[in-house]
Amino acid sequence: MSFVAEPVARLIEEFNKLPGIGPKSAQRLAYHLLNGPDEEAKALAEAILALKEKIKLCSVCFNTTDYDPCLICQNEERDHSKICVVERALDILSLERTGKYNGVYHVLHGTISPAKGVGPEDLRVKELLSRLQDGSVAEVIIATNPNVESETMAMYLQRIIMPLGIRITRLARGLPFGAELEYADDLTLGQALENRREF
Amino acid sequence: MGTPRSYRTQGIVLKQTKLGEFDKILTIYTPEFGKLKAVAKGACRPKSKLGGNVEPLTHSLMLLARGRNLDIVTQSETVNGFLALKSDLWRAACGLYILELIDSFTVEGGENRPLFELLLDILNQLSTPESNETILRYFELHLLHYLGYRPQLHRCVSCDSPLKPAVNFFSPSKGGILCPHCNSEENHHYEQTKTTLPKLSFSLSVEALKVLRLWQSCDYATARRVRVKPELSRELEWVLQEYIRYLSQRELKSMTWLKEVKEKFANQELDNCWVEA
Repeated sequence: MSFVAEPVARLIEEFNKLPGIGPKSAQRLAYHLLNGPDEEAKALAEAILALKEKIKLCSVCFNTTDYDPCLICQNEERDHSKICVVERALDILSLERTGKYNGVYHVLHGTISPAKGVGPEDLRVKELLSRLQDGSVAEVIIATNPNVESETMAMYLQRIIMPLGIRITRLARGLPFGAELEYADDLTLGQALENRREF
Repeated sequence: MGTPRSYRTQGIVLKQTKLGEFDKILTIYTPEFGKLKAVAKGACRPKSKLGGNVEPLTHSLMLLARGRNLDIVTQSETVNGFLALKSDLWRAACGLYILELIDSFTVEGGENRPLFELLLDILNQLSTPESNETILRYFELHLLHYLGYRPQLHRCVSCDSPLKPAVNFFSPSKGGILCPHCNSEENHHYEQTKTTLPKLSFSLSVEALKVLRLWQSCDYATARRVRVKPELSRELEWVLQEYIRYLSQRELKSMTWLKEVKEKFANQELDNCWVEA
């Protein structure tokens, strides 16, 4: 890309690394910033820098946060006897959007994946166990993704938490809103039928 | 006449990797085309029609459209989701190990129908409550057979003389058993040449050899009935896994996980999966 000025080429290359951005979008973004006002570019650069400088992991739940402990862990109105275990910090956003959960979280930062060589020691499992030791937690809600590897993760957690005598629950499996029965897989449909509710 | 634009096949999904935001690349083992890679578009969306039908450890009937690079899965229907297997930690770990073995020992496009039948049969057997650790050894032995690495267990791989009922030696690099005489010669040669290669062979008890020979030639129903003491079971595991490690030239990651599950939860209700003493 010798016919593009070096700083522009560099920016295009950086944008290109982001998920969902191809070479064309990267070029468009770079030229948009180049042609736009200086403040816009500065604001973006500062936002990116601040993201990396100020954001850290909450020492309690390992959520990404700019306060430590994070705002959820600090909140006294939340029910600290319930811990919802999620794979990624992003999952907290989805769960919070439902507005139905008032407990706290624990982020594992990944899932057990034998094929990729990720085991429990690479995740925040030890930290979860130490949070459960003091007896203040009454329920652990396992909210891992419903796929084979995360399922392994869920079963593993169940096995190691069980001896502590804490109630373990997991998110129900069923049909997503707006889906069609015809295309549902056996596992989902079977579980949806098993766990049906009074109408 | 060009080739048809779409084709049907049955297959077992070995692996998924994410592609972009919502798509997945599947590695599928099929009877007609061997291992193949295909894209499942939108499989990560919650309302995807493919979704659960293309998870690993699922036997599905698929319709694929030919693509420029990778083919595209357009429809998929589950034949068997192996639910019993997926809902048990030990069985799921075994299942993932079996899939990784198949994935690492096969190349794309190499048709091997007996291997597909073996895989399907083993996953079915693993879903039954009677299955125990023997199933992994049985699978490993027969996998090696269908791949052309069947270990020679009846004659010495060096001098071709029939093996005597004594402690013999298994040599991964020679793909079979060495008699004590040839083994000491090999060792002598090994020491003289002072190579940096790993040790060539290790001892194999008479019982282990007998069990291996039987498993190599019988069906799973018979293999399952063999009662193996824990010590012998460990020896068999070690021999086969050393051989597999030698052939694959790398550490299988799911093997480590399987061992961890076995060790960690040995005292919990996994008991039914142990080979009876």
